[in-house]
Amino acid sequence: MAEQAFRYIAKKRRPKEDRRFIAGAGRFVADLALPGMLHVALVASPYPFARIRGIDSEKALALPGVVAVLTGAELAAGVDPIMSGVDAPKIRRWPLAHQFARYPGEWVAAVVAESRAVAEDAAELVEVDYEPLTPVTDPETAMRPDAPAVHPDHGSNVLFRKKWVWGAVEEDFAAADQTLSFRARWHRSSTVPIETFGVVAQWNPAQQLLDVWASIQMPKFADQLAKALRLSGNAVRVHFDVDVGGSYGVKRGLKHSILAGFLAKKLGVPVRLMEDRLENMRGGDAQGPDRIFDMQVAFSREGIIRSLKIRALDDCGAHAGRAPLQLGKPIGAICGPYRVNSVEYEAISVTTNKTPQEAVRGFGQGPTNFALENAVDRVAAALGIDRLAVRRANLIRAEEFPYTIPSGSTYDSGDFQTVLEKALAAADYPALVAKRDAARRAGKLAGIGIACCLEPSGGNSAFEPLFNPKNETTTWMEAASIKIDGAGAVVVSINTSSSGQGHESLAATVVGEVLEREPETIRVVRADSLSALPSNSPVGSRMAIMLGGAAAGAAKKLKEAITAIAAHKLGLAAAEVEYRDGAVIARADPAKKVAWEAIAEIAHRKFHELPPGIEPGLQASHVLEVPTGGTLPSADGRVQMYPCYAFEAHIVYAEIDRITGQVALGPYIVGHDCGVMINPDIVHGMTYGGIAHGIGAALYERFRYDESGQFLSGTFMDYLIPSAHEVPDVAIVDHCTPSPLTAFGQKGSGEAGYLGAPAAISCAVNDALAPLELKIAELPMTPGLLGDLIASADKSTTRR
Amino acid sequence: MSQHEIALSVNGRAYRGTVPARLTLADFLREHLRLTGTHTGCEHGVCGACSILFDGKPMRSCLIFAVQADGATITTVEGLAPDPAALSVLQDCFWEMHALQCGFCTPGMLIAAQALLDRNRAPSDEEIREAIGGNLCRCTGYKQIIDAIKLAASRLQGANAPAGSITGANNG
Repeated sequence: MAEQAFRYIAKKRRPKEDRRFIAGAGRFVADLALPGMLHVALVASPYPFARIRGIDSEKALALPGVVAVLTGAELAAGVDPIMSGVDAPKIRRWPLAHQFARYPGEWVAAVVAESRAVAEDAAELVEVDYEPLTPVTDPETAMRPDAPAVHPDHGSNVLFRKKWVWGAVEEDFAAADQTLSFRARWHRSSTVPIETFGVVAQWNPAQQLLDVWASIQMPKFADQLAKALRLSGNAVRVHFDVDVGGSYGVKRGLKHSILAGFLAKKLGVPVRLMEDRLENMRGGDAQGPDRIFDMQVAFSREGIIRSLKIRALDDCGAHAGRAPLQLGKPIGAICGPYRVNSVEYEAISVTTNKTPQEAVRGFGQGPTNFALENAVDRVAAALGIDRLAVRRANLIRAEEFPYTIPSGSTYDSGDFQTVLEKALAAADYPALVAKRDAARRAGKLAGIGIACCLEPSGGNSAFEPLFNPKNETTTWMEAASIKIDGAGAVVVSINTSSSGQGHESLAATVVGEVLEREPETIRVVRADSLSALPSNSPVGSRMAIMLGGAAAGAAKKLKEAITAIAAHKLGLAAAEVEYRDGAVIARADPAKKVAWEAIAEIAHRKFHELPPGIEPGLQASHVLEVPTGGTLPSADGRVQMYPCYAFEAHIVYAEIDRITGQVALGPYIVGHDCGVMINPDIVHGMTYGGIAHGIGAALYERFRYDESGQFLSGTFMDYLIPSAHEVPDVAIVDHCTPSPLTAFGQKGSGEAGYLGAPAAISCAVNDALAPLELKIAELPMTPGLLGDLIASADKSTTRR
Repeated sequence: MSQHEIALSVNGRAYRGTVPARLTLADFLREHLRLTGTHTGCEHGVCGACSILFDGKPMRSCLIFAVQADGATITTVEGLAPDPAALSVLQDCFWEMHALQCGFCTPGMLIAAQALLDRNRAPSDEEIREAIGGNLCRCTGYKQIIDAIKLAASRLQGANAPAGSITGANNG
C-alpha cells in the first residue's frame, strides 16, 4: 500500500496519550493510594557472596509502625522459584535470598510498615548473620573449573554454552585472502528508566483474588506471577491501565511482584513496594548485557567478507534471568546487513556474583552490532580501503530480498544502499571529511563514525526453543478487540500496559484507517489480565506489527459485518455496495446509503433487520500470530527469529578532548527505514531517544564493581545518563521500504537508534584515534578511559 | 520525630498542614496534597523529575523538606494550565511536538522550561539545553522537547498568543 493511499497512517497526528502526561495526570503505580496500604523496605546484603547463617528481626519488629519482617527462608517455603529461561534446574531464584546472598545488594529480608520511612528505619535494625564467601567477579575466571561456584548445586558457573556452525566456515576461512581477529568488550549498562519499578498488591479474601498494579512490560507476567504464588491464573488480576514510566525492556519486576503478592496475601492488606534509585540500580535485577566478543573475520583482498567466527561470552550475574536468551536473539541478524557466506557463533553465559540481568532494548542486538561494525572498520583498515567502500561492497542489495542469512532467518525487505546514500547526502559527507581533516590539521582528535545496522522487529520467541529444547513455544501472539456501541461510538481494547510507545495512538490510528473514522473519536482502553485477550506485551519492537496487525484484523472483520448489514438493509448483495467513510452506499446509486449510526442501531436494536449469520452487537476481536512464526528450530539450529527487518545508517562526527577525554558529538545523521510509519512523530521520538540511550552506552554508562566485588554505581552521580548537554542535535533521514509481511507495510522501531549508535560512536572514536595509532573496542569509552589512553600515546610519542 | 505546622500556597490555593521534620516537599505534595503530577525519579537531586516552581524558581522538591516550604508559593505541573480542562501554551506545544513518550520526566521538564520562558521569551538552543540540562529524560533524546520549547517561545512572542496563559495559577 503506497503511503499516499493512507488517510491517517503516516500523517503527523498528536499522540492520544500525551494529553494526560502534559497535564500531570498520568496514573503511575506510585500514584496509587489504597486505604490501609502498607509499605515495603528491603534489607540488602552488603557482601558480594555470603552464606546467611541467621536473621534476627526482634529489634525491627519492636519499632512502632512495623507490621512484619519476612525472611528468604519463610518466602521460599511459600512460593515457587522464579522461572528461568534456560534448562538449569539447580539454579533457583526467589525474590529474597535463600541460604546464600549471591551479589552485593541482593534482598535478604523485607520489612513491612505503615510508611516507607518507618520501614526503612526498621530495615536498618534487622540483624543478619553472614558468613562471607569468596566471590567471582570476572566472567573468564568464572569459567575456570577451580572458580568459586555461584550456585554450588549447579556444578559450575557455566549456565549455557553452545556453538553453532552455519555453512562452510572452516573452508571459507581457509580460502580467504586474509583474516583478522580482535576482542570487543561491551561492559554492563542498562536502560535505567527514570521511574523505578513499583508494584501494589491487594488480596481480596472474599473473592480469593489478588489484584496487582505494577509498572510492567513483560510477556506472560500474570501467568508467571500466579504460578510462583501457587495460585490459579484466574486468581491473579493484573491491571494494565497503569502508566509505566519508561522501560525499554527491563520493567519485568517479577520478583518484586511475587514478594508484594505474598505479603499482601499473608497480611490481608494492600502492600506497596517501590524501588528507590539505589534498589533499582542494585537489587532491582535490571542490569544489562556484559559481553566479551572474540571476533574473527575472513575476507578477500577486495574487502568482501566471506565468513565470521563470533564467540560471545556474557556475564549474566548471579541468576539466569533473561541473560542467556539475550545471546540468542542476535542469531536472527548475526551477520548484520551484509552478505556473509558462513558464520560460526559460540554463545556462553556464565554466572558471577553480580546483579542479574534483565532484557535490555534490542535483547543483545546492540552489543552484536557494535562488534560487527568494528569488524567492518578493521577489515577496511587492514586493506587500506575506505570504510564506506567496504560497506557498499558487502551490503545486501535491494534486489536480493527476501534474503536468507546462514543462521536461517530471512530478511523480509530493505534497500540498504539507498538509505546509506541518502544519509551520506544529508550529512554532506565530503564536507564532513573536510571538516575532520581540517580539525586534525589544527591538532584536534577528530573522527567520523559510520554504522549500518539492522533492527530485527516483530518480537517472536524463537530464541526460547533454540536455547531450551524443552520449551516448545512457537507463538507470541497479540490481540485487539473493538466494540461499536448502539450510537456508533468506537472503543478499542488492548491487552497490555505501555511505557511510552504510544499504543493508544497506534490502535486508534489503525482502526480509524480501516473503518475510515477519525482516530480522535476512538477511545482506547486497557483490559486487565482476566478480561484480556492473549498478549505478549511490547517487547522486541513488535507492537506496530503485532498490535497494529491485530487491531487492523479486528477492524476488517467489523467492516465486513457493517457492509453485510447495510447491504441487507438495501436489499443488495455485498458486492453491490461499497463501504465509504463509515457508511455504505449502493454502487449503482450512491444516493442509496446506510449511515454509520443507522448500521450501529440495527446491530444493537433491530435483530429483525440483521442478515442471517451476523451476530447482534457490533464487536470483533482478532488474535495475530507473529508473521513467519510457528516453527521450531531445525536440528542444526537454524530458525526464523523475528519477521521484519528495519535498517539504520548512522553517520556521526566526533572530537575528543585530548586532556579530559570527553567526546563531543555532532553533526549526527541517521538514515532510517522501518517501512511505513504509523505515526512519524512517535517513530522519530523513539529513534532520537534510542540514539541518546546509545550515546550513554557508548560513552558514559557502566555498572561498575570493584576487585572485591562491591557495587560502585548506585546513584546518578556514578552512573551517568546523557543529559541535553551530551546529546547532539540529531537529523533523521527517512526512507520507506514497506514490509511485505504486515498489514500496512510497517516494521518495528522501538529499538531504533540504540541498535546503531554505540557502533557508530565507537567507530568515530577509533577514527579520531587513528592518527595516534590507537585502537579501542571497549564500551563505554568514558572520558577517563580515553583520556588515559591518549595520555599514554602522547607520552610514548614524546619519548620517541 | 518532631511535627511542624506549615502554611503555603500551592497552585494558587492556600494549604495548612502538620508535617514530620523529615518529610520532603515532594512527598508532602504527592502524599499529603495528592498532587501526584510531581514525580520522584532518583530522590538524590539529579534527575529533575520532581522539579517545582518555588517562589517562581525551579527547584528539586526531593531536596527540600516540607518545613522549608513554610510561607512559600509553589507551582506544580498541575498549576501550569489556566484551568484543569485547558493547557498552557507550553503544554500545548509539548503535545504538538510529541515532546514526551512515557511522560514520567515530563512534569519536571515542563517546570524547567516554564522557568526559562518566564525569564527569557526568546531563548537560544543553547539556553534551552542549559535550562533543561538538569532534567533527565530517557525516552526522547531531548530533540522534540527542545523543539517544543522553541515553538512555545515563538508562539508567546506572536500576536496570537493568549496573553498570560503561559503562566500558572501562581499568577492567576
